[in-house]
Amino acid sequence: MDHFPTNWGRPRNDAQDLYNTYPLHQRPNNTPKDVFADGVQRTQQPIVTGTSILAILYKDGIMMAADTLASYGSLSRFKTIQRLQSVGENTVIGASGDMSDFQYVQSILEELMIEEFTANDQNELGPAEIHEYLSRVYYARRSKMNPLWNSVLVGGKKDGKRFLAYVDLLGTTYSASTLATGYGAYIALPLLRSAVEGREDELTEEQAQKLLTDCMRVLFYRDARSLDKFQIAKVTDEGVVISDPIKLDTTWGFAEKIRGYGPQTQ
Amino acid sequence: MTSIGTGYDLSASTYSPDGRIFQVEYANKAVENSGTVIGLKVKDGIVFAVEKLIHSKLLVPEANKRIQTIDRHIGMATAGYLADGRQIANRARDEASNYRETYRTPPPLTELVTRLRLYVQAYTLYSSVRPFGCSTVIGAIDKNGPSLYVVEPSGIAYGYNGAAVGKGRQLAKTELEKLKLSELTTREAVFEAARIIYLVHDDAKEKEFELEMSWIGDESGGIHLPVPKDLHQEAEQKAKDALENFD
Repeated sequence: MDHFPTNWGRPRNDAQDLYNTYPLHQRPNNTPKDVFADGVQRTQQPIVTGTSILAILYKDGIMMAADTLASYGSLSRFKTIQRLQSVGENTVIGASGDMSDFQYVQSILEELMIEEFTANDQNELGPAEIHEYLSRVYYARRSKMNPLWNSVLVGGKKDGKRFLAYVDLLGTTYSASTLATGYGAYIALPLLRSAVEGREDELTEEQAQKLLTDCMRVLFYRDARSLDKFQIAKVTDEGVVISDPIKLDTTWGFAEKIRGYGPQTQ
Repeated sequence: MTSIGTGYDLSASTYSPDGRIFQVEYANKAVENSGTVIGLKVKDGIVFAVEKLIHSKLLVPEANKRIQTIDRHIGMATAGYLADGRQIANRARDEASNYRETYRTPPPLTELVTRLRLYVQAYTLYSSVRPFGCSTVIGAIDKNGPSLYVVEPSGIAYGYNGAAVGKGRQLAKTELEKLKLSELTTREAVFEAARIIYLVHDDAKEKEFELEMSWIGDESGGIHLPVPKDLHQEAEQKAKDALENFD
């Protein structure tokens, strides 16, 4: 209840103003103190976006794939954006969703890694720690009603242990032997699961690479926000390697038989 | 010092009649009593070496490091009060991080030293604080190549090719002058640095010391790291041998 009688307005009975509240020229100021409060804006939607990230466990470590596109709505605006980023010696992260938010996350991770490096205690944050840290960052921002609009996969291998986990704009986290974000979670994930689950310790590097390439091809055929150029990152005992952009070979011979795509008039 | 008892040393904000600030000079005394610190700027990198005096056998070996890392490519070693050295290192890290946030690029050492010396100098201005009781040897490989500075308690900072502060600085400086620093590789400089620290150490006065060394160079990938264990041991052994032949 508002305890300021002067805010109660005109008395019900003009003849009797019990609390002497009306008219009062000086009113307490109970409006928001911050004059710019109405001007504050929060992220309502992502603007420049990246699409799916795929990641799997395999024999020697983990592998992650992402195309190099950053879309502006349905426009393929930036075609050479790297969406996979190594963090330290043992971790790689991949982000879909808002690319400016991802760049911000990259900068705070860089700061974090330098702070840890200067501690000079011969410890380095591994994938598990980085994932936990990110999940706290994302959850804190969603709790301020101002989320960082990403779905992020964190993968790595440290002390012989593989790690793969997901975190998104709500701070939701989960872990599995195959993960995918965005459109890939609908289209590629079933393919990845049937190929990987139960065979995490048998899958060779070549098989893993072929699997991810095939899934990226399927995604390029079906996801209108994707590109036929992608990168693959792997983390093994030897550390992180992020490949140069790879061009997908695709076949479009069937396209002219699709009604509404080819030269048919009817 | 004749100035004692004249009242001009009661505050860092008071000059003596002949234009000196005694509190700053006392701070320099604190540095002069400390174990020697040297820094070498060579062809392709920087080497730091510290004679860390061990005042008790109960101390954990390799604890209380006198060499600290400021940014990936920036390192520093301090002579004087270790606690003051840590305070300066923390400030330097904040400044480096702040520079990165503003300009999105690794801080050049000149800029960092400028900010750091202004901070140190501020502590010579007020009666409520004392000047820092430590000198800082700070070095980096940045976009301009290797560079090395010393920040003194007065807040002055000079650039050096070879720097020495602390107890054995005079002898260390003469030894550094004999070297052709601009032709040395970082690896060679590690051996020279170890040798100089062992040379300037005074067995008669101080018994125990630990040799602490770090480098920034091509071999460390332009990053400030402790000198690898095997190289450290090799350099230390050579230094001991050289000393015995010298005697």
